[in-house]
Amino acid sequence: MTTNAKPQTLAQKLIARASGRPAVAPGEIVTCQVDLAMFHDSSGPRRLKPMLAELGAEIWDKRKVVLVIDHYVPEVDEESRRIVRIARDWAREQQLPHVYDGQGICHVVVPQHGHIRPGMFCVGGDSHSLTGGAFGSYMFGIGTTEMLGVLVTGELWVRVPQTIFMRWSGRLAYGVTAKDMMLSMIGRYGMNGGHYQAVEFCGEAVSALSMNERMTLANMSAELGAQVGLIAPDDETRSWLWQAGAQDIEVEPWHSDEDAAGIRHNFDASTLAPQIALPHSPAHARDVDDIEPTPVQLAYIGACTGAKLDDLRAAARVLAGYHVDKRVRLLVAPASVRDREAAEREGILRRLQEAGAELLPSACGMCAGYGGTVPENSTVIASIARNFKGRMGPTSAQVFLASPYTVAASALRGRITDPREVLWDGESEGAR
Amino acid sequence: MDSAATPISGLLQRGRRTQAAATQQPGRRVWRLGADVDTDTLAPGAWMKYSVEVIAQHCLESSLPQFALDVRAGDVIVAGPNFGIGSSREQAASALVHLGIAAVIAPSFGGLFFRNAFNVGLLLLTCRDAEAIAANERIEFDLQQGQVRCVVDAAGRELGDRAPQLACEPIAEFLLDMVRAGGLLPQLKHRLQPPTRL
Repeated sequence: MTTNAKPQTLAQKLIARASGRPAVAPGEIVTCQVDLAMFHDSSGPRRLKPMLAELGAEIWDKRKVVLVIDHYVPEVDEESRRIVRIARDWAREQQLPHVYDGQGICHVVVPQHGHIRPGMFCVGGDSHSLTGGAFGSYMFGIGTTEMLGVLVTGELWVRVPQTIFMRWSGRLAYGVTAKDMMLSMIGRYGMNGGHYQAVEFCGEAVSALSMNERMTLANMSAELGAQVGLIAPDDETRSWLWQAGAQDIEVEPWHSDEDAAGIRHNFDASTLAPQIALPHSPAHARDVDDIEPTPVQLAYIGACTGAKLDDLRAAARVLAGYHVDKRVRLLVAPASVRDREAAEREGILRRLQEAGAELLPSACGMCAGYGGTVPENSTVIASIARNFKGRMGPTSAQVFLASPYTVAASALRGRITDPREVLWDGESEGAR
Repeated sequence: MDSAATPISGLLQRGRRTQAAATQQPGRRVWRLGADVDTDTLAPGAWMKYSVEVIAQHCLESSLPQFALDVRAGDVIVAGPNFGIGSSREQAASALVHLGIAAVIAPSFGGLFFRNAFNVGLLLLTCRDAEAIAANERIEFDLQQGQVRCVVDAAGRELGDRAPQLACEPIAEFLLDMVRAGGLLPQLKHRLQPPTRL
């Protein structure tokens, strides 16, 4: 068949495999076999349990299910205690083999424990499930009712997407990160600019990124309105996953054919400035030095997208040996316990604390408005993914989004600050 | 018989409220919203730990404080582009179902919200010219024709044959079936527990 010989995108190859077809075409609706279903205490047991009971159905394959308790921990009130208790009791009843309780945020914990590999078709009960795309897996978020469908059938429909290739040439300057790349793309194309199609990040600047940074790109493809945010796996992926304990890692087949059809956008990483998204949308992004010096009262380094080990390292590079401005409260919630422990071993946590940072538990916390206290009428700068009005709590809060470098630099100065003003030149990176 | 021709209103009266004081005028009442209505506005995070009944009382409160109090079963929401962008929380859609919203009509939707809406039985109509509909107009929709019609204008005049018609994108039949069934859960129930013959 001639159609089979057509060049395919990575997204097409992943869906073809999951749907058991030699090839698929954009626009086709196909049914895929799910390799991994991940959910958390908020989207998961408290709502899945009664629906499964109503159906009288069993989970199709418990080995393919991962439960992460990350939203309502640590429990702060009766309702959160109830939600977490339901999750724990249900995990025991069901004898789920893969449960991570209080270990950090699902999007970071699940790959860190080797559950995601290139070539897989995965779903998560959370919009930032796209993070799995950093490992060359077709992973995206679904709602709880759809998760119920997956749990009882092991299947899911998908409309084969077009691919939008975001090719980044050159190298990022010191102090500029994957978060800045994402904010600039979201600012340019808008929060639905991905049209629920596949976005694939490629080019020299993407290949040069660490896995943590690639996860940030894939993660915030959600804010670009993409169904998935993919990065073709390579040796970096293989070695990171091997260290995480993943077995049978195959990277070779999982890349777009050179002449595969798609929409192509080109960017130069070397000219990208640190970005800031103004309230109340990630799409309000611009160069940080384009805005007025804005005083901040709260700086937050947290969330799946902004508190992985590399993010903590970035903050420490800015803050080591200094103290945050006395008008600013700096809160740091490492994305996972593993990241927290690694940061502790590297001396990063100590440096952050000496700079005045208060450490919070490794959980979704303030990003989702579930924990912590954002004062009314405060100005906040945060390394999180979204600054919708009221998301972090009070609707009166003005939340700016930026990279951990920019958040740390702003905490240091007490106002929104370009991190390049406070970072030594790139040479000092190794010295710190 | 093509069931797409069945008025969907009958299926969408599941909301807690009933159409009290039925209006004399034809068509449906319109709640008019702007662009980029996100899931955190539809289902605010602070209320996410509670049931959908509670969340629904706070639906859209940051942009339309009166919405949850005044909405009636059968009303429709007409919005700008990118309705439902944001999180995977399907309560954003089920809160609208709970309040009796018959359909959301917008030029585009967040992709995840689109899936969730049909999964919980909420009809979404993708209508390029949705923003031409004004707040005080009354509309009807016809799924078979893939059309929205403005049957009463903003001044309260019935338009009859002069009603402007706006085209909607076709919806896959399996998604329409899902809405007719009341969502994926009733469909799964039917599949796993076929009704016993008497």
